[in-house]
Amino acid sequence: MQERQEPNFSRRAALRATTAGFGFLALRGLVSAGDSGSLVGRLHHQARAKRVIFLSMAGAPSHVDTFDYKPRLRADDGKGAPGEYRRGAKLMGSPWEFKQSGTSGLWISELFPHLSKQADHLCLMHGMQTEVPAHSQAFVRMHTGSFQFVRPSLGSWLHYGLGSANENLPGFVTLNPPSGQGGAQNYGSAFLPAQHQGVRIGIERESRALRQDERSEPVANINNPRANAKQQRRQLDLVQKLNEQRAKSDAAGEALEGVIESYELAYRMQAELPDLLDLSAEKPKTLELYGIGEEGSSEFGRQCLMAKRLAESGVRFIEVNQGGWDHHRNLREALPASCRGVDKPIAGLLEDLDRSGMLEDTLVLWSGEFGRTPYAQGTDGRDHNNRGYTSWMAGGGVKGGFSYGQTDEYGIEAVDGQVSTHDWHATILHILGLDHERLTFNYAGRDFRLTDVHGRVVEEILS
Amino acid sequence: MKPLLFVLFLLPALPLSALQDEEGRPQGRDPERAIEALLRRFDQDNDGRVSREEFGGRPFRFRRADRNGDGFIDHDDLPSAKPGPEAEAMPVDDEALAFFEERIRPVLADNCYRCHSHEGDKVRGGLLVDSRAALLDGGGSGPAIVPGDADGSLLILAVRYADEDFEMPPKKKLDEREIADLERWVEMGAPWPGGSTAEELGEREHGIDIEEGRQWWSFRPVAPASVPTPEAASWAWSDVDAFLLAEMEAHGVQPVDDADDRTWLRRVSFDLTGLPPTPEEIEAFLEDASEQRYATVVDRLLDSPRYGERWGRHWLDVARYAESSGKDSNVVYPHAWRYRDWVIEAFDADVPYDRFLTEQIAGDLLPAEGTEQRAKQTIATGYLALGAKSHNTRDRRQFTVDVADEQIDALSQGVLGVTLACARCHDHKFDPFPTEDYYALQGIFQSSETLYGTLRGNGNRYPSDLVELPESAGLPYGPTMGREVRTIYERFERQAQQRRRRAEEGGEAMDERQKRQQERRARELADLVESVLARFDGDGRPTEANLVAMGMREGRSRDAQLLGRGELENAGARVPRNFPEVLRNEDDPRIRRGSGRLELAEWITSEENPLTARVWVNRIWSHLFGAGLVTTQNNFGKSGQPPSHPELLDWLAGTFVEDGWSTKALVRRLALSHAYRLSSKHDARNAQVDPEAILLWRMPERRLDAESIRDAMLFAAGTLDLERPEGSVVGLLEGQPRREQIFEFIARPSNSRSVYLPMLRDRVPEALEVFDAADPTFVTGEREETNVSTQALFLMNDFEVLSASDALGKRLLTMEAKDNQRIAHAFELVLGRPPSSAERSAVRSFLKDYTRLSKDGVEEEPEPRRNRRRRGRDQGPQQPTLDKLTPKEAAWSAFVQALFQSAEFRYAG
Repeated sequence: MQERQEPNFSRRAALRATTAGFGFLALRGLVSAGDSGSLVGRLHHQARAKRVIFLSMAGAPSHVDTFDYKPRLRADDGKGAPGEYRRGAKLMGSPWEFKQSGTSGLWISELFPHLSKQADHLCLMHGMQTEVPAHSQAFVRMHTGSFQFVRPSLGSWLHYGLGSANENLPGFVTLNPPSGQGGAQNYGSAFLPAQHQGVRIGIERESRALRQDERSEPVANINNPRANAKQQRRQLDLVQKLNEQRAKSDAAGEALEGVIESYELAYRMQAELPDLLDLSAEKPKTLELYGIGEEGSSEFGRQCLMAKRLAESGVRFIEVNQGGWDHHRNLREALPASCRGVDKPIAGLLEDLDRSGMLEDTLVLWSGEFGRTPYAQGTDGRDHNNRGYTSWMAGGGVKGGFSYGQTDEYGIEAVDGQVSTHDWHATILHILGLDHERLTFNYAGRDFRLTDVHGRVVEEILS
Repeated sequence: MKPLLFVLFLLPALPLSALQDEEGRPQGRDPERAIEALLRRFDQDNDGRVSREEFGGRPFRFRRADRNGDGFIDHDDLPSAKPGPEAEAMPVDDEALAFFEERIRPVLADNCYRCHSHEGDKVRGGLLVDSRAALLDGGGSGPAIVPGDADGSLLILAVRYADEDFEMPPKKKLDEREIADLERWVEMGAPWPGGSTAEELGEREHGIDIEEGRQWWSFRPVAPASVPTPEAASWAWSDVDAFLLAEMEAHGVQPVDDADDRTWLRRVSFDLTGLPPTPEEIEAFLEDASEQRYATVVDRLLDSPRYGERWGRHWLDVARYAESSGKDSNVVYPHAWRYRDWVIEAFDADVPYDRFLTEQIAGDLLPAEGTEQRAKQTIATGYLALGAKSHNTRDRRQFTVDVADEQIDALSQGVLGVTLACARCHDHKFDPFPTEDYYALQGIFQSSETLYGTLRGNGNRYPSDLVELPESAGLPYGPTMGREVRTIYERFERQAQQRRRRAEEGGEAMDERQKRQQERRARELADLVESVLARFDGDGRPTEANLVAMGMREGRSRDAQLLGRGELENAGARVPRNFPEVLRNEDDPRIRRGSGRLELAEWITSEENPLTARVWVNRIWSHLFGAGLVTTQNNFGKSGQPPSHPELLDWLAGTFVEDGWSTKALVRRLALSHAYRLSSKHDARNAQVDPEAILLWRMPERRLDAESIRDAMLFAAGTLDLERPEGSVVGLLEGQPRREQIFEFIARPSNSRSVYLPMLRDRVPEALEVFDAADPTFVTGEREETNVSTQALFLMNDFEVLSASDALGKRLLTMEAKDNQRIAHAFELVLGRPPSSAERSAVRSFLKDYTRLSKDGVEEEPEPRRNRRRRGRDQGPQQPTLDKLTPKEAAWSAFVQALFQSAEFRYAG
């Protein structure tokens, strides 16, 4: 799968050559529908997981109040922060209790009563570091590996590398992505072929669509009010015929293929997606498991349940989003609310995946773009901290009930087991059976990688 | 000793602050600036001096400042000192520092910090004592210490309890030894170890080297280079071409062939007017054999009123134009549309860009001939008033600072291409903007009043006035309220009555709190209905009450306090109103009176300003060539991208100013260049060197923007209404339109051009949103350009697309023509070219098949599908419905819809 092609030329050439005119390009042959087993051998190595659910926490959750237990921080509450850090800043111990959870005894904050019951699935990575403590830069970097340049997002790389396991669904779906923080870049395919772009369902500012009250559609315009499937297919054939004509002309460009693929996918999505995202037939027990119907957690619970169903149906990379973690002030009131919003949904997701046996080959990621300072901002807030923070993984291929790396005694800076964004990406690709150094795309005369020239697979966390 | 410490004590010796007092001792603070600070703070009648009354009591402090005892504080009270020799740097030895650390800092920390430090809960009297700079700056009463002069230092007088009104710490006098230590410390020159944060180092020590900062390419003066002479000189029709070609030659790439005439015409028509050429226009152009035919087309398009709508929309992206506040409560701004119309008219009239900006920043302060001009200039300042706001902010001061912050952000990114708002909480991380620069601008906006209207109520704590427009200005009154909307308000009225009744009759089922709540809600609803209906007469026609606009007016002039880490609790010294230091020139206007907006406009539009022209020509360029020469259009700073063609950018900026800041002249120049004529053909050899065609060896593929896609569909269908609607449907609203009926009403299909669609924040019309329209909460330079399945779904299934297709299908069927001619006409209308014979036969066979499928469909109902109800739309009364079509009509409609869906349609060519 590596050294695939000189992109522009061969993709267009392939397009011209196909009589069907649809975007069934080189990549498509890589994976057949119902991928079980067929991937092995084409992958760089044995995969530990087949799909990813990424719980993306925009705004940067405080690690020292959630997953990074720092007793010393509390002991020294009110004292000046040490060393070269912000002068005059005072340490602020976490106002919340931590307790050891599960048989593994991981320390987790009381803010996650449900998730802590899943502690034995979690692999906490305490040594996370990123380059810049600014939201949009770090958020984009978490997604694409770079904020200076427009680069394909993690989901696009995975989709490019693995293909889709269900012809009728997009391979990469993002639910409720923020419209800011880099916007579409976070699910964009940049120079990768456009079909690897993430399909967005609902966006932050109109997440109503996800609340799915009785009369709403999960995706706008998912049905035609008039034409039946046969008619639409016939119409689409004409559209693609026109596109094919254009593909033969000199004026055709890279984007054409994306347009073609977007129609085929849209057509197939019409058949499958509405049912998939329609949660109305779910049992009350399931809804309750995800915290759906409870104040605060309903919306994210829906996202998590949809994510599970999309995963089940063969979507490779599903990202779910919850923002609002930027607690510069009012931490004591706002952080518990934010945690409540995701605690039960995430715990429910892990439990549900586990029960159905999917957790074994599903990699679940939880991360913000960075963490927050152990010293206070004002009297009741924390500032951005990119020097050390916690992310976690769960499921396929990683050690559960495990913690890796650590920050200093206060949680300011990662001092052991540091994991950069590139390392994180390399590890994720590795778990999915891809070698981050060999997953390349030739563009502008150069082989590009998600990890640029960096990245180390964090072997220590692999099960 | 650390070098930093040395620097600190050199600070008073810097030219601006280097003055000695009568005794020749170095002064910590420039007395002139101290006087000016007092004037800014207390001189209410602006007579250049502060009277006892204005100073408001505190006789002790007044006497101190009024050195000549004439009863006024003014410049006559300056010490008769001239700038002396450089003040000696304080020798700060370890001993002095040890003394400070052991004897002074603890005293200050234990007794003063609670009320006078960045770490404290509150700052009293505007005074901070946690840094030397802060002590030198002092608080409301002036500098707290005069280094070397204990008796002349307010801090010492206060701790001595010498003045009854002025005893510190207030609760308990310090013990004698502590007082003696403080006296000794001040006499020593108040040594203080160097700090590292901006707050600790004071305003002159922000760690940013301004002179070095000036060397950044975009902060250097515009320096137009001479036009290069490329080898293939005949290719270069214009100077712009010469610049581009020289660069191509240097990299060994060659321009591709020119686009054919049809492609060029379609491209230029979309670029200049946002609409495709009509078949008649295509024909006329192809038949025109004159040399001037390209210029003829460009001039025709520039003169068309469609040009203002197109280019006005570009500016509205930059101006983050919207008709509601966004953020938490999303309160509507029913009069924002006046600004929108002003922008469109300004582009049509080609108002010089410097004037265009000046009116938006300070139009209310400009001289005007007649009420119409005055009114329009004030409407222009709506630019500053219509940003996103959090109307539910608890703290009014926070709200004020946030509104000014948004204005700074919009103006600095939009007009100057720098991210100044980053310097709110800390010095800019990448660019040479210390926080002082930011607060110098805050003062300008805090000294102005932002008039955005709105209604007080749930979710809105801060309504404001609006600008009243005189009837004699002859401006439109606004939208007319139809029966349907009135019905909604009548329903609200009934709901209000019901609530009131429920509260009255609630009896025991309701406690007092619930009753009050019901009453409050009833009142709010009634207020809302009343305030809307007050703007319309019985027939729904807008009345004089609708002659209002958003805009700016002068407020109480004051400098803003620097907020440590951007927090109100850390309010520090006031920063004189000014422009960012790194961009300042000697002959810049100085802010003496008023808010300073006029001076700000003058400074921004000065020919010396290195950014304004560069940023704007770059935006113009991007709209014609797909990307800016600087791709980060809102960021010309260090974290942005450098220009691909720096010489060309400067040449364009220089020429633009020479041409009288004429946008049309520049658009014309670029549209007639050879580079703009190129085809978008690939070339493998060139692509090896420059795959993204940054050198512009071909025209980049550009997807049409959202407005063009929608407008072109309606235009081809013949349903686009080219009349500008009077006002906006949002003008029929007030308050928070949370109710679904309102949204459904707003989302109603409209036949107006897209620029006139209602633009509520977080509710961008779907047809625009799906094709990457700008999010109006942010300043948008370059829009995203995606091709995703949600767009495909939109073009396959959306109501507006289907009804436009129906209309065009019917339009074709009513033609007296054969099917082949109809097909050709459809291609001309939608794609600007005739079909190939292969395409024609494909369409014919499609029409046959589809007609048959439709006939079959009559017998068997369309497959029942789940979730077929459209989101929200089917619920309200009188929802628009699609026409029933005959099988033939259905086939023709489906055919033209396929043209809309084709990849070719959405590309500019």
